[in-house]
Amino acid sequence: MTLSPANEALAAEIIGWFPRARSALIPLLHLAQEQDGYLTDDAMRRVGELVGATPAEVKGTAGFYEMFRFEPVGTYMINVCTNISCLLWGGEELLEHACESLEVEVGGTTDDGMFTVEEAECIAACTEAPCLQVNYRYRGRVTPDDFDRLVEDLRAGRAGIDGHGLLARVRQSIPAERLAGVLPPEQAREAPVWLARNGAAS
Amino acid sequence: MTAVEPETAVEITVDGAAVEAHPGEMLIEACERSGTYIPRFCYHSRMSPVGMCRMCLVEVDTGRGFALQPSCMVPVSEGMKVSTESEVTKKAQDGVLEFLLINHPLDCPVCDKGGECPLQDQTMAYGPGETRFVEEKRHFAKPIAISETVYLDRERCILCDRCTRFADEVAGDALIHFMGRGNHTEVNTFPDEPFASYFSGNTVQICPVGALTAAPYRFKARPWDLTETLSTAWVDSLGARVAVQASRNRVLRVLGADADAVNWGWLTDKERFGFEALNSAERLAAPMLRDTADGGVSEWSEAGWGEALDRIAGAVGAAPPERVAVLGGARLNNEAQYMWAKLAKGVIGTDNVDAQLGDGLDPAVVLGLPRATIDDACRSGGTVVLIGPDPKEELGTLYLRLRHAVINDGAKLVEITPVATGLSHLAQHSLRPRPGTTAQLVSALVAAVAGDEFEAGSTGVDRSELEAAAQCLAGADDGVTAVLGRASLAEGAEVVEAAAIELSALPLVRFLPALRRGNVIGALETGLAPELLPGRVRLDGVEDGGPRVEAWPRLPAAAGLDAAGVLRAAARGDIDVLVLVGADPLNDFVDRDLAYRGLRGAGLVVAVDLFMNDSSTLAADIVLPAAGPTECDGTFTNLEGRVSPMSRKVTPPGTARPDWMIAADLAERLEPGSTEGLDSPESIRAELAQVSEVHASLTEEALNASPVEGVLLARPGATGEAGGWRRSGRPTMGRSPVGRTEPATGPAGREDPPEEAPEGAFLLVATRTMYDDGTMLRHCESSRGLAPAASARINPADLDSSGLDEGAAVRVVSDFGHIEATLTADGRVPAGSLRVNWLAPGAPANALIAAGTDVTVVEVEAR
Repeated sequence: MTLSPANEALAAEIIGWFPRARSALIPLLHLAQEQDGYLTDDAMRRVGELVGATPAEVKGTAGFYEMFRFEPVGTYMINVCTNISCLLWGGEELLEHACESLEVEVGGTTDDGMFTVEEAECIAACTEAPCLQVNYRYRGRVTPDDFDRLVEDLRAGRAGIDGHGLLARVRQSIPAERLAGVLPPEQAREAPVWLARNGAAS
Repeated sequence: MTAVEPETAVEITVDGAAVEAHPGEMLIEACERSGTYIPRFCYHSRMSPVGMCRMCLVEVDTGRGFALQPSCMVPVSEGMKVSTESEVTKKAQDGVLEFLLINHPLDCPVCDKGGECPLQDQTMAYGPGETRFVEEKRHFAKPIAISETVYLDRERCILCDRCTRFADEVAGDALIHFMGRGNHTEVNTFPDEPFASYFSGNTVQICPVGALTAAPYRFKARPWDLTETLSTAWVDSLGARVAVQASRNRVLRVLGADADAVNWGWLTDKERFGFEALNSAERLAAPMLRDTADGGVSEWSEAGWGEALDRIAGAVGAAPPERVAVLGGARLNNEAQYMWAKLAKGVIGTDNVDAQLGDGLDPAVVLGLPRATIDDACRSGGTVVLIGPDPKEELGTLYLRLRHAVINDGAKLVEITPVATGLSHLAQHSLRPRPGTTAQLVSALVAAVAGDEFEAGSTGVDRSELEAAAQCLAGADDGVTAVLGRASLAEGAEVVEAAAIELSALPLVRFLPALRRGNVIGALETGLAPELLPGRVRLDGVEDGGPRVEAWPRLPAAAGLDAAGVLRAAARGDIDVLVLVGADPLNDFVDRDLAYRGLRGAGLVVAVDLFMNDSSTLAADIVLPAAGPTECDGTFTNLEGRVSPMSRKVTPPGTARPDWMIAADLAERLEPGSTEGLDSPESIRAELAQVSEVHASLTEEALNASPVEGVLLARPGATGEAGGWRRSGRPTMGRSPVGRTEPATGPAGREDPPEEAPEGAFLLVATRTMYDDGTMLRHCESSRGLAPAASARINPADLDSSGLDEGAAVRVVSDFGHIEATLTADGRVPAGSLRVNWLAPGAPANALIAAGTDVTVVEVEAR
C-alpha cells in the first residue's frame, strides 16, 4: 500500500522542511514504516517519486539502516535490551520469558500478528535496567510479571501506545522561524533565522 | 590527455623524479601521465573519484612526512613527494588485495573476465600469493539477470561503485544501487525494476572483475583468443569509436573506445550489441532473382553475381537516365557512398539520388549552415538549443555528453521540442511549440533575443516563457550551438529547415545536425542527394569553374528528384529502375502509402542490402548481398564531419561484396574504364580527395596520425569572419546559394498550420525510440523484443476529457491511414498533441502521414 491521504499531506509538509526534497528521504521512510510496520515496495516507490529518487536509490539508502524493515512485523515491536547493565539485572531472563510467554523465537512474530520480539543492544536506559522498548516507547525495571501485564494491556489497548511506532522527529512541529529555509545552501543570501537568534557558534 | 601548461604547472616528485602536473588534478592521473601506473579498481577517469577500493594507496609527503593516501582522492600540490614503490606502499597494496580477495571466488578458469581481469592482473603484480582466509566466503545466487542483457554475479563483486556510479552519474538511470550494509552489502536493483538503461552495457565494460557480464558475450570466447581492431559504430550518426573483437572469423564483442572528442568510451547498448545482427543466419549470402512481371511473383532463385549484375546493367542501359533512381546509402561507408554517387551521377547520369528517406533535412540546410562539433556543443558554460529529436532515444552517446556538460560544466540547455525529452529535466527552458509552429516560435525567439517586438502567436507557448528563454540565449556571449534535427517525423522537414534559417540570424550560432541515419553526413558530403556533387558542390555550380570531376564520364543533364519525388514518379510509372541501397522505404519513408505505390509502380527494383526487408520482400526483383560494417574497410563521417576508419574484421557471409565493389562492377559494365584504378577503399579515398575539396585533407597520413579521434573535415562556415563563425545570413552551399527548395524564410512563406486540432482531434507527434522494429534490430538477438509496443500517448487532461480509459485499445486515424495502439496518459505530451512511437512493432506511424504535409491531425477511436 502506498501512503494514506493523511500521510501524503504530512509528507508534503516534511519535504518543506528541507532545502532539497531528497533530504526528506529518511523521515519519509520512517513515516512509511509507521503506516505499514515495514517498508513496502509500493511505499518505497512512492517515497522515491516524492523526493526525486529512483526506487533502487530509496531501497539502497534504507538498507543501510538497521531499523528499517523490509518484512512485515507485529503491531507491537518489543525490543528487550540484553546489554551489560540489563544483562546483570535479568535482561536475558526477561527476553527468555518474553519468548516463552508469547511462543515465538527471538526475532519472530506471534501468529496473531500482534507482537514481534527482538533482542536489542544498549538502548541507553541503564539506570532502568532491565529495560525494553515497545514501538520505541520505554519501559524500565521490567519484571516477568510486569511484562505479562504489559502484554495484557497492549492486547486490551490500554497501554497508550499506538501500533507501529514512530521516531518522534517525524511528527515534530517546527515553528516557521526555526525552519532551515527552503533555499538550497548555495542560493542563500543571508544567515538562517535560527542562527541569528542563537548567536554565532563560538 | 592534454599537455601541461608550463605557466600553471604544479611540480611534484614521483619516486624521486620531478613531474609537472595540472593544478587540481588527482595524483593518480598526474602519475599515470608521467609513466607511473598506480593500480586501481574504483577510479575511472571519466567519473568522479570515490576512494572506495583503497588499491591506489601510495605514500605521500606534503611537508609533514610520508603517509598513505588514496591517490585518486588527493589533488596534486606544489612540492608534493610521492613514493609508489616504498615498502609501506607495497605492504598496503598487498593488504588491500588480500582483503578484496576474502570474498572473491577463485573461479577465474570459468570466469569470462579471466585473462583481462584487473583484479587477476593486479593480484599477480602487487598481491599476496596465498590467502590466509579459511572461513566460508559470501554466497549469493549466481548470476542474476539485472536486465535483458546484463547479468550480475554478486559473489565476484568487489563493491568498487563503478557500475552504480556510472548508472547514477553518467547515464542518469540510477536503477542499480548498493543494498544492505557491511558484510551484507551487494549491488542490486529494486525488485521488479530491472536495470533497463539504454547504456547498461557500459557497466559490463568498466567492471574491474567478472561480476557484470553481457548476454551476447557470456562464455563465447577467452580474451586471449580475440583479436581486435579499432572501428566506428554504425547504428547512428554520432560515429562512436569502438573496438571490434573477433575470434575465428566471427565478431563476438564490441567495446567502446575512448575518443575524447566523440564518445568518451561510452556506447549505447544498440551500438554495443548491434553486431549480433551481422552474425545472423538470415544474412543475404548470394544474389537472388525473381520474376515479378505479368502480375505474378515467382520464387526467389539464387544467381551468380555475373548474371545478376548483367541483368541490372542491361535494364539501366536501356532506360533513359532520368528514369533510373537510387534511394538510400546512409548505411554505406564514405568510399562506397562515393562510388554509388559516381555510378549514379557520373556514369548513369541520373540525379534521382537520395540517401535520406524524407526523414532528414534538406542537404542545403545541413551543408550550408555553420557546423558545430560535439565539443562546441558540450563546452563549459556554453548554451545549447535543441530543435530536434530526443538525444536519449536517437543519439544516445550525444545525450551522455550533453548531460555531462549541463550537470558538470555549467552548460545551459534550451529545448524547443513538441514533447518532453530525456533532457527536459536538465533544460533551463523547455518550450513546447504546437506541431507545425516550430519556425514561428524560433522566429519570435530570435526577435526577442534581439530586443525586437515579437508575437508568440499560435505556437501555444507563453510569452513569459519565451522571454525567459530569449534572455538565456541573449546571455550566450560566445554563441549558441543548435542541435538540429527532426523531433517529430509528423512535422514537415520544411518547418525545421525554416526554424534553422530563422535561428541562423543569431550572432555566432553554429549547428550540430542531429540526423540519425548512420553515415548520413558522409552520404551528403559525397553527393548522395539530388542536385549535389561530392564536396558540397551543387550540380548547377559546376559551370563556373566547377568541381574537379574530370574522373567522371558525365554529369546529370538535369536536376533530379528527392526520395518523395522518386516515389511519386515511380508510382506514376516513370521510374524504370529503382535501386534501394540499404533502404526500406516502406518502413523508413515518412509516407507509407506513397512508398507502397512507388515500390509497386517502379519497373525493375534492385535491393542491395544485408537482409531482406519489408520493401524488398514486397517489390524487389533482384537482391544483392552486401558486406556489413565489420566486413569491409572504409571510413565513416559523423554528424560533426569527423572522418574515422571503419575496419574489416571478418569476412562477409557467402559471396556478399562490399557496396563499393558492387557499384564499381555495375559502372564497369555500363561504361568500361570508368572505374580504372579504383580497386580498393584507399584508391577510392584518393580519388574522393581529388574530386572533393572538402575531402582534400583526408589523406592516409592524416588518418594514420589520428587513429582514435579521426580527421575533422573542413566544416561549413568554419572559415570567414568572427574567428571562424558566420555571423548571419542565408546558408550557402558550394559556389551558388541555396535554390532547390529554398526553405521558407519564415512562417509567412508557408501556409499556416491549423490553429489547433479540431474538437476531439489531436496533432500527431511521431518520435523515434532507441529500440524499434527496424530490420537490424529484428535480427539482433539480445535487443529483439525491447521495442516498446505501439502506444498513443496523450496528456492526462486530454485522457480525462476523451471518455476513454488508460490502456484502452484504440485506433489512431488520420486522413491517410490508421494504426492500432494502446492509449496511455503521459504528462510529457502537451495537451492537444498525441505521440506515437515511430516503427512500433505492427503499428508503423508512417501509415498516418502524407509526404509534404507539415502537420497531421489524428483522431482516436476505441476498437
